[in-house]
Amino acid sequence: MEIRPILATLPRHRIPALLIVLEIALACAVLCNAVFMVAQCVIDGRAPNAIDEQGMSVIHIGGLDSQLAADSVARDLAALRTLPGVKAAAAISDVPLGPDATFNGFTSQPDAEATVNSSVYLVGKGAEQALGLQLLQGRYFTDEEYAQGELLPSHQSASHVVLINRSDAARWWPGQSALGRHIYSDGTAWTVIGVVADVIAQDPHFSGVSGKYSSVFFPQRPSAELGNYILRSDPTARARVLQQAMQTLGKLEPGAVLEGKTFADVRAEYFAGSRNLAWMLVLVCVVMLAVTALGIVGLTSFWVGQRRRQIGIRRAVGASCRQILAYFQTENFLLSTAGVLLGAVLAYAINIYLMRHYEVNRMPWYYLGGGVAALWLLGQLAVLGPALRAASVPPVEATRTV
Amino acid sequence: MFGYYLDLAIRSLRRNKVLTGLMVLAIAMGIGASMTTLTVLHVLSGDPLPGRSASLYYPQLDPRDMQAYTPGVEPPAQLTWTDGMYLLHAKRGTHQALMTGGMVPLQPAQSSIDPFHANARYTTADFFPMFGVPFQYGAAWGDAEDQASARVVVISAELNDKLFGGENSVGKTLRLQKADFRIIGVLGDWRPNPHFYDLYMGAYANYEQVYVPLSTSRALHMEHDGSTDCWGDGGGDQVHLETQPCTWLQFWVELDSPASVAAYKEFLEHYSADQRAAGRFVRPPNVRLRNVMQWLDANHVVPNDTRLQAWLALGFLVVCLVNTVGLMLAKFMRRAGELGVRRALGASRRTLFGQLLLESGVIGFVGGMLGLLLALLGLWLVRQQPSDYAKLAHMDAAMLLATFVISVAASTLAGLLPAWRACHVAPALQLKAQ
Repeated sequence: MEIRPILATLPRHRIPALLIVLEIALACAVLCNAVFMVAQCVIDGRAPNAIDEQGMSVIHIGGLDSQLAADSVARDLAALRTLPGVKAAAAISDVPLGPDATFNGFTSQPDAEATVNSSVYLVGKGAEQALGLQLLQGRYFTDEEYAQGELLPSHQSASHVVLINRSDAARWWPGQSALGRHIYSDGTAWTVIGVVADVIAQDPHFSGVSGKYSSVFFPQRPSAELGNYILRSDPTARARVLQQAMQTLGKLEPGAVLEGKTFADVRAEYFAGSRNLAWMLVLVCVVMLAVTALGIVGLTSFWVGQRRRQIGIRRAVGASCRQILAYFQTENFLLSTAGVLLGAVLAYAINIYLMRHYEVNRMPWYYLGGGVAALWLLGQLAVLGPALRAASVPPVEATRTV
Repeated sequence: MFGYYLDLAIRSLRRNKVLTGLMVLAIAMGIGASMTTLTVLHVLSGDPLPGRSASLYYPQLDPRDMQAYTPGVEPPAQLTWTDGMYLLHAKRGTHQALMTGGMVPLQPAQSSIDPFHANARYTTADFFPMFGVPFQYGAAWGDAEDQASARVVVISAELNDKLFGGENSVGKTLRLQKADFRIIGVLGDWRPNPHFYDLYMGAYANYEQVYVPLSTSRALHMEHDGSTDCWGDGGGDQVHLETQPCTWLQFWVELDSPASVAAYKEFLEHYSADQRAAGRFVRPPNVRLRNVMQWLDANHVVPNDTRLQAWLALGFLVVCLVNTVGLMLAKFMRRAGELGVRRALGASRRTLFGQLLLESGVIGFVGGMLGLLLALLGLWLVRQQPSDYAKLAHMDAAMLLATFVISVAASTLAGLLPAWRACHVAPALQLKAQ
């Protein structure tokens, strides 16, 4: 296909041509950024978490008398463990993605300043089974360590041992074993006795990217700090187990406030906002692409209408239907190319602006590639109808008007 | 003439229904999406206490140690007990109140309602007169109750409906964290948005159900909730928060004149300097005194997602408008013949231009109506979302008017170029072509 004649005619239709270029550029810029943001939401919502999420349920218990809490926790757990279907039960201060986050900064040097918000988990006996933690190195807490676990007046753990995440081990002691080393916070030290696969933070939005996989576990004996019971069961039985557990606790602790959820719900609720954003973005993209396609159809139809005579003349002097069709397709391809080039620049500019003002990452190049390909395809599809109509203009049209 | 052009415009729009439909739809979609997000933004960035907010101030001090110190850094967003009590008892403003949030287990007397966590506010007495909180029944407590750590409680209308079926419950007993409280007041409609006085309890639609004197809450060790920010050897231990190096209280003061604001700022600086001389503060005086709107701005209360959505929707509106420009161009140029005849019969370019712009205005108006319906649908969808501000997403009169203004303005703007091109056709050529 000769493109010189096409280029030669474009200056005669400057405004419609510019409009098509502009439409495609804007659509490309918005599309790339929107798809990128949707992908980010999806990735966020699927953030890995090395616990048994599918089999776990959480019951928050509030309003226990703090003097009597130790007895209540021990009694409640004993009752929960006897329920049919419960594989393990334990008490914990807060769960991953949970609402009442406790953060603290830890370092691997006694007097360094902490820079990461680490989520602090106080766990009761049996929590490693109830959570389904994956031990990579070292050991879990002993019964004795659990029995002695309590809090200092500074609210730090009085226990001397700690379990840490693999990410933290790699951050503090890159390339070395973390076992037997110490972490510090405000003059208190703990010995690392085990490393577990990454457990997600309590409130990853608050902790920020650096603290997303910074979790530390301390043993704690039954006390008022352990305000959540976690139950592990078969994923298929979790709803029934949760319901039974709620009834059992309701009888054991009249007056206490109980809120029970499966962990799948905890995750769904935590990420509900970003999921909604993603759906809205998808909706906007679909509608925008439809509007752009209709705009191209409208303008090209008008264009074809204007040029019926020229088309007739070309047909009369020997051009085939295919050549007319190819003419309009090539023309659209050229305009789309100009549009996507402009759009790619615009997309990057928007991305840089968003990075500066919002928590958005740099867009990888393949989103641009995808957006460009999508708009090329959209342009070709949109132009097909008008181009076919142009190709069906009979040669006799050349003789119709003056 | 206007009536005649309107008639012409409607006739012309009817002639080519598909093209007209496309234009109206493009504008309606752009307007619908933009107005949905703009309405949410408008609702969320509103003034929580119109008329009062300009004279309510939020003092901040910097009592932290020298760790991670940089000069001029933003002071903590809350106060320590010691500082809060000092400012409270100094009584330098017309009203002042020291407060914090809590979640307290509430054990209803009826067995039909399970115990639940009530959202609580522990505050000193001035909270009610300072914020102009409306009462349905009874009244607030006063300084005497504050000093006596009296077991009195003010409850929200919503809680009163839930527990007492909306009747006057003043004098009845409410059981909170296993202690009995006497209800002395029931609030009327009190839903300031954003929840400006404590942003840590959810910035929107998270209203307290019970209000208890701060002194009572401390005496009974009622559960504190919200942010507790500690440094040094402070661990945020709930029971001993008063003596720990932790900020966990909000303090609001009413200052009625610019002079009193300046005086108060000076007072805060003097206090910081005195505390530093006494060795309690180690940082140089670093204070802030913002009024409600400045405080909300400084805290970026409007969610980033919402701003992002508004930008996206505006980008979408621009795409729709560029489309409309293209479609209008197609439409107007197609009528070159008709316009040529009108020119030949003596119509000036200016009148043609006006006629075509009116036509685009009509498209904008119809698009605006459809857009309004889409925006109402969009807002309904927003309200179905679980986020805390979702329930607030309602259109008000200002946004309704804005919908039409933006819609007609946008479509007229879109019509400028096509109309200008169309009224510059040479009449002779067009007449010849017929």
